Amino acid sequence: MSFDDWALALHVLSAFAWVAGIVLFWVLIVAVRKSDTPEGTIRTEPVVRVGNAAVGIGMVGTIVFGIWLAFSVGGYDIWDGWIIAALVLWAISAPLGQRTGAAYMQGMNKAKELQAAGQTGPSGELLDLNRTSSGVLFHALWSVVVLLILIDMIWKPGA
Amino acid sequence: MLAALRPDSWDFPLFLHVLGAMVLVGGLLAGASALAFARGDVRSLRIGYWSLLAVSLPGWVLMRIGAEWIYSREGWDDLPEGVDDPAWLAIGATIGDLGGLILLVALVLGGVGVRRLRQERGAGLLKATLILSLVLLAAYVVAVWAMAGKPD
Repeated sequence: MSFDDWALALHVLSAFAWVAGIVLFWVLIVAVRKSDTPEGTIRTEPVVRVGNAAVGIGMVGTIVFGIWLAFSVGGYDIWDGWIIAALVLWAISAPLGQRTGAAYMQGMNKAKELQAAGQTGPSGELLDLNRTSSGVLFHALWSVVVLLILIDMIWKPGA
Repeated sequence: MLAALRPDSWDFPLFLHVLGAMVLVGGLLAGASALAFARGDVRSLRIGYWSLLAVSLPGWVLMRIGAEWIYSREGWDDLPEGVDDPAWLAIGATIGDLGGLILLVALVLGGVGVRRLRQERGAGLLKATLILSLVLLAAYVVAVWAMAGKPD
């Protein structure tokens, strides 16, 4: 395998890590909708960390190896329309992911606050925060943008 | 070679194959994480199991349908006698099929485990499901590497 073959393999593996992280967060979004206790909410924190790591490694890996490939592989150029589209979509996806995280961290922070205050029972306010509609919206938009990147990478419009 | 363009008719089957594989890996990551960090919590164990059943299994089916479709479109089912599939394809196909079997075993064990949780049993079976999920995750990393990097 050449260095470019390795770069392509790592680029695709990074994309898998990124999407796997997004899928993991969908599972958590569904799971916390029924979580109204501090303990139940805080229990998801290690899984959130796994998702954050997958998304972080995936986003960095796709952009680093993707740009490398755009410069290194003959026949592709960084200014090709489909590559520019992917870069723009990647840039759009980053704040969407951050906003999803911020929306759901409100529930996590509230759970920690309640636990520190010794309130371990069900909380309506915590349930409302865990059912954040803006969080679902941002995550759905994030997922659509990543899906568009995948479509762009496979169809390579204009190439 | 790396930049070689595919015929347009290959794109949709490839998209289904890759999307299915990504959903499969995502469900495995979510399921394995929830099971690994459950520490006996029944709700987390159920979330882990349902992630495998409701996310990974449909992902595997989509991946496998896309695989068969693209395999046929690319003409791999039409090779002359005595000519084998390339190594990357053999690795991906073997791991894909064997992985499906292991996923089914993990789901059966986990399903029994989840049912037994009502009698405060079944944690051992769900631990076996976790181990199989981790094995599958590692195997699919190898499969993705082989299918993307196409080693000789």
